[in-house]
Amino acid sequence: MIRSQRWKGAAFTVPFQVGFVFLYLLPIGYAAYESLFQEKQSGLGLGGATREFSGLDNYQLGLTDSAFMGSILRVVLFACVQIPFMLLVSLVLALFLDALTSKAANRFRIVLLVPYMIPGVVAAIVWINLYSPEVGPLTPIGDLFGFDWNFFAPSMVWPSIGNLLTWHGIGYNMVIIYSALQGVPRELFEAARLDGASESRIALSIKIPFVRGALVLTGLLSIIQMLQIFNEPALFRNITPETVDDSFTPIMIIYNQAFNAGNYPYAAALSVLLALILGIASLLFYRLTSKEVD
Amino acid sequence: MATTTESPKKAREAGRSGVPPVRRITGPDPASRGRGGQRFILLGLILASLYSLFPVYWLMIAATKDQVGLYQSNGLWFSGMHLWDNLHQVFTYEDGIFLRWTANSFLYAGVGSLGGTLIALATGYGLARFDFPGRGVVFAAVVGSFLIPIALLTLPLYLMFSKIGLVDTPWAMLVPCLINPFSVYLAKVYTEATIPFELLEAARIDGAGELRIFFSIVLRMMTTGGATVFLLAFVNTWNAFFLPLTVLRGKENWTLNLGLYNWSGKRAESGIDVTSLVLTGALLSIIPLAIMMTAMRRYWRSGVTLGALK
Repeated sequence: MIRSQRWKGAAFTVPFQVGFVFLYLLPIGYAAYESLFQEKQSGLGLGGATREFSGLDNYQLGLTDSAFMGSILRVVLFACVQIPFMLLVSLVLALFLDALTSKAANRFRIVLLVPYMIPGVVAAIVWINLYSPEVGPLTPIGDLFGFDWNFFAPSMVWPSIGNLLTWHGIGYNMVIIYSALQGVPRELFEAARLDGASESRIALSIKIPFVRGALVLTGLLSIIQMLQIFNEPALFRNITPETVDDSFTPIMIIYNQAFNAGNYPYAAALSVLLALILGIASLLFYRLTSKEVD
Repeated sequence: MATTTESPKKAREAGRSGVPPVRRITGPDPASRGRGGQRFILLGLILASLYSLFPVYWLMIAATKDQVGLYQSNGLWFSGMHLWDNLHQVFTYEDGIFLRWTANSFLYAGVGSLGGTLIALATGYGLARFDFPGRGVVFAAVVGSFLIPIALLTLPLYLMFSKIGLVDTPWAMLVPCLINPFSVYLAKVYTEATIPFELLEAARIDGAGELRIFFSIVLRMMTTGGATVFLLAFVNTWNAFFLPLTVLRGKENWTLNLGLYNWSGKRAESGIDVTSLVLTGALLSIIPLAIMMTAMRRYWRSGVTLGALK
């Protein structure tokens, strides 16, 4: 390639590069810098707050902050239940679709993607009202079968949010797994059938190993999303502030530290910590799941 | 699936002609097993479809009810047609602010995504079809930024925007939309699939400048890819919540999502019950997205699948 052309090619990426510096690199650098300071009340508190360089104190504080670490533990535990469940349902549905003619599969695929088309905030509003004992139909339906459930009770809030996330996410994950399934060479099935393998055996021994990559990917995306969960608990907090407190999830704590407590440096330190935890979790998950292949 | 489409008649004929069907030796007749399995599969998919559609069905029913009907009637069926009253209420409540929020959502998602798509297409083209120093670094930055948590970007962005006076203006939503790494990634993939090197060489030999090649050849050939990138960015911005919550303060600049969030909080805050308003508004806010996604079905489906490749 001619030299001048190379530079013209680079020029096409300049608007993005400039924007990336201002909207990604600078903010991250700024957050990292801010996180090294602390607001200190000077004298009797009359002179207002002053900033003081405090090194890694904010990070140490964050790592020993029981509310923050508790919120991470809460989200991780929840992820360990919700994500495998959602992926299992998505996988089974994708296998079901794969067994149909492509015309029938298309119809079901569109229907199952309907929840994914609905904005997260709207989805949460709809489910919160479905759960509501005054407005929603789920409480009377429970009464009919003798269940006395309260979807906003402390022990039920996570299952309630979990159902909402599962409902919202099944279609998306199913489409990804299904499109991976379409890549399995069909001759493999014929060969297996001639060898006397049952359909379920084919699914277990050929199809599922083949879509492992798609499962790892959907799992990874779900973990990233789950550690950053904010919208759903924020809307639940509107309805049951006593159950869903303002330190329910890591991002809720960060938001509160920044905008309600006004402790921006601490919020910055916590978001850097969250980014590190996110990176470690993704790496760990990737390592664990790709090791199984060997 | 050749085994299940084979008719029983054919199998019988095969038996009569003396050639035993291979499958009969190995187990039960695969055709009958297939039919039972097929029924099981259909049942599973129908149940999953009901689960997917039920909340939307309920929302549609609820939007036709007045406050009394909402609380006292059967949640699964209509009671009185109050849809028009509800719509009237939604569009007149708080001086018709709902319409303003709708317009804002369209502005941010439409204009922001259009600008973002153009920048992404140029960048994707540059990355895919030119070999310049630092290209690897740019691409690594694109992929690496998928992992950055939203709080780590949004909070410092808020501080920076407030220093230059952008907070609480439409620019606070529009500017971040211009830079979308995922769009760049998609644009690169689409360029690799649709723009051959030979074509660019031919255009260069004909004496066309690089800009001219981009605007009159590349962009035109990238209509499908560009539409997908635009659609996904539009949906993303329409659905955004954390960014607008952080950078928009005054009601008049809010998005639909923020407005609905605020209305749904009123019940706890001040004891005013605006549930039927929230539900009708929620239904309305889905409609533009649903229309757009149905119209551009083939684009966003390929986008969803491509999303899996990253």
